[in-house]
Amino acid sequence: MTTAVSRREFLKVSAALGGAFVLEFRFPAAAAAFAGTADTGTEVNAWMVIHPDDRVVIRIARSEMGQGTYTALAQLVAEELDCDWNKVSAEFASPNEHFRRHRIWGSMLTGGSRGVRTSQDYVRKAGASARMMLVSAAADRWGVPASECVAQESVITHRPTGRRLRYGEVAADAARLTPPADVPLKDPKDWTIAGKPKHRLDIPDKVLGKPVFGADVSLPGMLHAAIAQCPVFGGKVAQVDAGTAKTMRGVKQVVRGEDFVAVVADSWWRANEALKALKVRWDEGGNGHVDNAAITAMLREGLEAADLPQARKMGDVHAALAGAAKVVEAEYHSPYINHATLEPQTCTAWFRPDGFLEIWTSTQDGEASMQAAAKASGLPLEKIEVHKMMLGGGFGRRGGPQDFVEQGIAIAKTVPGTPVKLLWSRSEDMQHGFYRPASIVRMKAGLDGQGRLVAFHTRVACPSILQVLRPQLLSKEGIDFTAVRSFDDMPYEVPHQQVDYAKRNGHVPVGFWRAPGQQNAYYRECFIDELAVAAGQDPVAFRQALLPPDNKQRRVLEAVARAADWGAPTAVGVHRGVALADGFGSYTAMVAEVSVGAQGEVKVHRIVVAIDSGYVVNPDTCRAQAESNVLFGLGSVFYQENNLKNGRIVESNFNNFRLPKIAEMPQVETLLLPSGGFWGGHGEPAILPLAPALCNAIYAATGKRLRSLPLKHHGLRPA
Amino acid sequence: MLKLIVNGDTHEVDVEPDMPLLWVLRDHLGLPGTKYGCGISECGACTVHLDGEAVRSCTLPVSAAVGRRVTTIEGLSKGGLHPVQKAWIEHEVPQCGYCQTGMIMTAVSFLERNPHPTDDQIDQAMTNLCRCGTYTRVRKAIHALADAAAGRKS
Repeated sequence: MTTAVSRREFLKVSAALGGAFVLEFRFPAAAAAFAGTADTGTEVNAWMVIHPDDRVVIRIARSEMGQGTYTALAQLVAEELDCDWNKVSAEFASPNEHFRRHRIWGSMLTGGSRGVRTSQDYVRKAGASARMMLVSAAADRWGVPASECVAQESVITHRPTGRRLRYGEVAADAARLTPPADVPLKDPKDWTIAGKPKHRLDIPDKVLGKPVFGADVSLPGMLHAAIAQCPVFGGKVAQVDAGTAKTMRGVKQVVRGEDFVAVVADSWWRANEALKALKVRWDEGGNGHVDNAAITAMLREGLEAADLPQARKMGDVHAALAGAAKVVEAEYHSPYINHATLEPQTCTAWFRPDGFLEIWTSTQDGEASMQAAAKASGLPLEKIEVHKMMLGGGFGRRGGPQDFVEQGIAIAKTVPGTPVKLLWSRSEDMQHGFYRPASIVRMKAGLDGQGRLVAFHTRVACPSILQVLRPQLLSKEGIDFTAVRSFDDMPYEVPHQQVDYAKRNGHVPVGFWRAPGQQNAYYRECFIDELAVAAGQDPVAFRQALLPPDNKQRRVLEAVARAADWGAPTAVGVHRGVALADGFGSYTAMVAEVSVGAQGEVKVHRIVVAIDSGYVVNPDTCRAQAESNVLFGLGSVFYQENNLKNGRIVESNFNNFRLPKIAEMPQVETLLLPSGGFWGGHGEPAILPLAPALCNAIYAATGKRLRSLPLKHHGLRPA
Repeated sequence: MLKLIVNGDTHEVDVEPDMPLLWVLRDHLGLPGTKYGCGISECGACTVHLDGEAVRSCTLPVSAAVGRRVTTIEGLSKGGLHPVQKAWIEHEVPQCGYCQTGMIMTAVSFLERNPHPTDDQIDQAMTNLCRCGTYTRVRKAIHALADAAAGRKS
């Protein structure tokens, strides 16, 4: 019986079943990656194609937005496949094929630092299963038991006789075998490809400008679209006067959507120039008056509300606070922040004459793009293909929301038969995001006579991301776990705890911004620092005492304190701050060293971060992710905020929403401390302790508590 | 018709003289390696060379490039890797990669003028924006190139 269907056979089968499904427009993820996949290679199983010359093309279901999953997942497959890593390339799995084959590649969602940790098991099994089939095929050819054969670097050797066969020579036979039922995996300590700092597969092309990002798609006869959305969230188009736009050079079409207008032209610049010439009257809906003060009032009302649902309740926090020797209370807040991916949102859509719809887009979730395309076009999934392009950053903007896909389709519908590439301008991108929620948190804690933390009461007023993007994941009581994390799962041993959640959403769309809920780590870890001071204790020792021995959080805390020489004298004017946080499957602790000048210049001398992710698949990529998180966090700590005025976002571009430059990048020392037994992520965890470690260090330097971000409002800026 | 010399090839393009060079490269000449990030010369993703000097092409009218040599990432090193590209691979600099073509074009022009930069000079010259956090490795790669250049001289 043949259970593995080769790619070519699969395509034939699909065609025979009536699908006009042709892959002629598949785009390379990396220029070399796709070469000849379908024609000369054999799909041993869904995760890989092996060519006669032993080249292995590994299929990647998750998206690549810089985090390195494209390489890490290939390493895991190759590790178990025992193939020659120098012959490995990768390609994105086709979302259309994915649905046709009953979601054979598992989840395509790339968020929550899940890329590796939630697919490592089945991708490793895919590699191991294929290796077993290749060995069996070789053994069958020799007429010997498979147990006498070993595989290494794409070669199968019959040990007793020394005969050898290459993977490329037996791949076609292997593909016809029944996959083994029992697929044991290697002990990670025996890894030779995974766990090693292999060069990323996508980098050689990236330095040449070769990868096709969503914004770079180019098709024969393709037109370009520029868009203007209603500046007030939730508003609509009331009236459009095309004016001179229609007669401007290169303009093909003016499109009126429900909440946007767009111009289609023969180049993007011409489309965007014509867009500026449109006279649009917007029906702003009821939110044209909302400003920062209204948002603050909304959150503050939530903070004071009676009968809030509780995300955590342990002991009796009120009684414990009443009986505490010392009570400390503080309120912290932070603003909305845009993702500001460097590549703005983009989608190319083509309603083909044969009734098929092709989409090319920078998406963090190929499946979500397919579903959005089906909904927007009315076509069934089998009549749609989403080509997953390289992403110019993601950070959560391109997973849950698929607004750019819906718009791309609405625009392309008006020119059937012609592909149209929609590209947002920077100001559209800045003003139509799904922002990190603004929130206010009030914390009240009690210390006993020995300075030990006995009660911790938190009230969180925060818009719910889940309500906007994943309402089915809200708890029965309406609690959004992303809004209360770091509080409802606080690792410190405090007998009396309560976390109240006020869900207050307003009209500003909120979304999964790198490490959703991370502002809570800032609030909690700064407040813990306040408590350490109130207890007259060292901030590391205060935390240590609240964590059981042999606890993972405690281990990273102690490791980072040692590495950063916590407690040892510093250079004159240099001060340290510490923070501990966990999330996205990993445990993280950080020490920041800063000095603060007379004019508020904050020099960050050193960041030391310790991460326990259980296992590490590519240590160099994990270090790069720590650097990435530090920079991403730094921008939000010092500069970034999105303000509301007249219902709309004030900031419009990088001149008023600053990204830090190379001069502001601190030295980052990353301690990878994988302790085994679990799989944690790397895309987000290191951002969690950044804000509190920095603010605690600045407190140590200045004596000033920083209870709101960004720090520019406290007269502080990077040196 | 405007006559442009891009990567050594002469092109005649029928575009408005005020169209920014970026869009002529991307949409009219099929050279998408130069990126759009902001349109106001803030981010540098659109950096190309004009007669060997790094310029931000998103605000440069195409008319200003007529008669001058334009070099994009596609033409930086025909048939091989430029030393800066090699260093970028060696130090695993790119993450998402979107800003990196502009970053590389800036670094090439900067290192030609100043082969042994100090950290302060790097801070002054390398003002391209990266959202992913590649700066540590950009600096490392530039220093490695400077060290290699010094090694060649001695």
